[in-house]
Amino acid sequence: MTRQKRSHHKLKRAVAPYLYLSPSLLIIGLLMLLPMVTVIGYSFQNSAVLRRDPSFAGLKHYQAIFDDPVFWASLWHTLYFTCMSVIFHMTIGMAFALMLNSDRINPTLRNILRVLYILPWLFTAVIIAVIWRLLLEPNGVVNSILMQIGIIGSKVEWFSSPETALHAVTFANIWAGYPLFMVSLLAGLQGIPKDFYEAADIDGAKAYQKLIFITIPQLMPIIISISLLDFIWTMQVFPLIWITTGGGPIYSTEVLSTYTYKLAFSSYNLSQASASAVVILLISLGLTLFYIRYQKAR
Amino acid sequence: MRKRHTPKDRLITVALHVALAAGLFFAAFPIYWMLSSSFKSNTEIFALPPTILPKAFTLEAYAAILGDPVKLRFFFNSYFVAGAVTVLTVLIALLAAYGFSRFNFRGKGSLNTIIISTQTIPPITLLIPFFGLVVSYGIFDTYVALILTYLVFTLPYAILLMTGYLNTLPRDLDEAVAVDGGTSWTALWRVIVPISLPGIVATSVYTFLLCWNEFLFALTLTKSTSMRTVPIGIQLLMGQHAFEWNQMMAMSVLGSLPLLLIYLVAQRYFLAGMTAGSVK
Repeated sequence: MTRQKRSHHKLKRAVAPYLYLSPSLLIIGLLMLLPMVTVIGYSFQNSAVLRRDPSFAGLKHYQAIFDDPVFWASLWHTLYFTCMSVIFHMTIGMAFALMLNSDRINPTLRNILRVLYILPWLFTAVIIAVIWRLLLEPNGVVNSILMQIGIIGSKVEWFSSPETALHAVTFANIWAGYPLFMVSLLAGLQGIPKDFYEAADIDGAKAYQKLIFITIPQLMPIIISISLLDFIWTMQVFPLIWITTGGGPIYSTEVLSTYTYKLAFSSYNLSQASASAVVILLISLGLTLFYIRYQKAR
Repeated sequence: MRKRHTPKDRLITVALHVALAAGLFFAAFPIYWMLSSSFKSNTEIFALPPTILPKAFTLEAYAAILGDPVKLRFFFNSYFVAGAVTVLTVLIALLAAYGFSRFNFRGKGSLNTIIISTQTIPPITLLIPFFGLVVSYGIFDTYVALILTYLVFTLPYAILLMTGYLNTLPRDLDEAVAVDGGTSWTALWRVIVPISLPGIVATSVYTFLLCWNEFLFALTLTKSTSMRTVPIGIQLLMGQHAFEWNQMMAMSVLGSLPLLLIYLVAQRYFLAGMTAGSVK
């Protein structure tokens, strides 16, 4: 190769990656990063989107949100919904993974159950919401069973009474989300070297000791990263709540996403909705930074 | 060695199977109930005591859904949008993944971090500026609006998934093309793409799922009934005929079919796609 040709080749190698990446960067830049800047801009404007020449509003819309008791109620509901979901996703996922991993069950049964336990994951949030509405109807099957066993005396309106609605949507979300943990932990369990357990057997360790001193520490990295992701995603849940309760009754299941949506598309207060959306973004970004740091340290 | 067949041991095995059965009930009963309700008449759904198996098995709910062009349009829209986004996403992500996997360049690390962090951007945050943009460009209530917005959410994962796959392929393959005087572009299409089918399938499955399930943007960026997708269709059905539970369940079953089929046929790819976000 002549020197000229070689330098031409080098230049090509240097430019090529940017060319390959350009469509993606264009889309992510124009349709993700730019809108993020836009929504921050909206939150400082009066009548954002609705007027061509919106005036500067300063921190007015943030002030309005922080003065709104419904915002704080939504924040609290989001926290409750998210924490309970993540804790139970983890517990149920772990329990199912350990049970499926046990050598006490027949391999065929194990394979069948593994497929069936994943089922809730295959359904869209809207469909999950509709299924649970049917199950939890006042005249539905859950009430009927619970009354027969004698756990409840009269029909409970799970989704439409303020005392039970938040628990009911949380329960539906717990049902819908545990398979992510189960699948990840099952993969993790299969990666733990067998000799750890053999060594423990020689030392006469009991089953619960092996669980506490070998299994859980070995699974910790998976537990932490899935919990963080699950927390971030559950915080953003919208359709499940929108379809089951719509945030009601009397705001009892209002979460940050439904609160923001209503501000934007029921009250058409897009400026204030933008301020609320920015608050959600900041919470998510904080958690994301934490997640990325954790992943890098690993 | 573990001692077996002691009474205590047998008790543990029995307890485990009881727990497994309880788990099965928890996981599968709601889905069984959807399925069985879709084959009941609407009066039977609320019969007391509830009938576990449909007493009078009927396909009337399915006939009502499949005989209604408005509802068929929901399905067409969902398949069309999800299909279009899948093709675009796979193409664009493949190029980006090739760049990430086969080249070293300035800013690679930070670009990778940006792409990982975009996974967690709340959809509701982007919804408001998207609404503003979509309205001002006059594409409100069109397929283009849905396809463009879905692309933003599918692309980051798809890039990570494809990059992960391409990293497992040996570099000698494309170096051989370079020795023969071929460019990286020929290496991509002649060598890499043909052996990347598993990665492409996993990415497609993941992308399709995400689009099929999307609710928030479809709800906000479309308006006319003819532009609605299946999830919105189910919500509309609930608003119109609040008590036609058998139809709602039949539509839910039909709306879940693609995911169930993909899961049964390509379980491995499905799981790879669904856990994509959690493995780096």
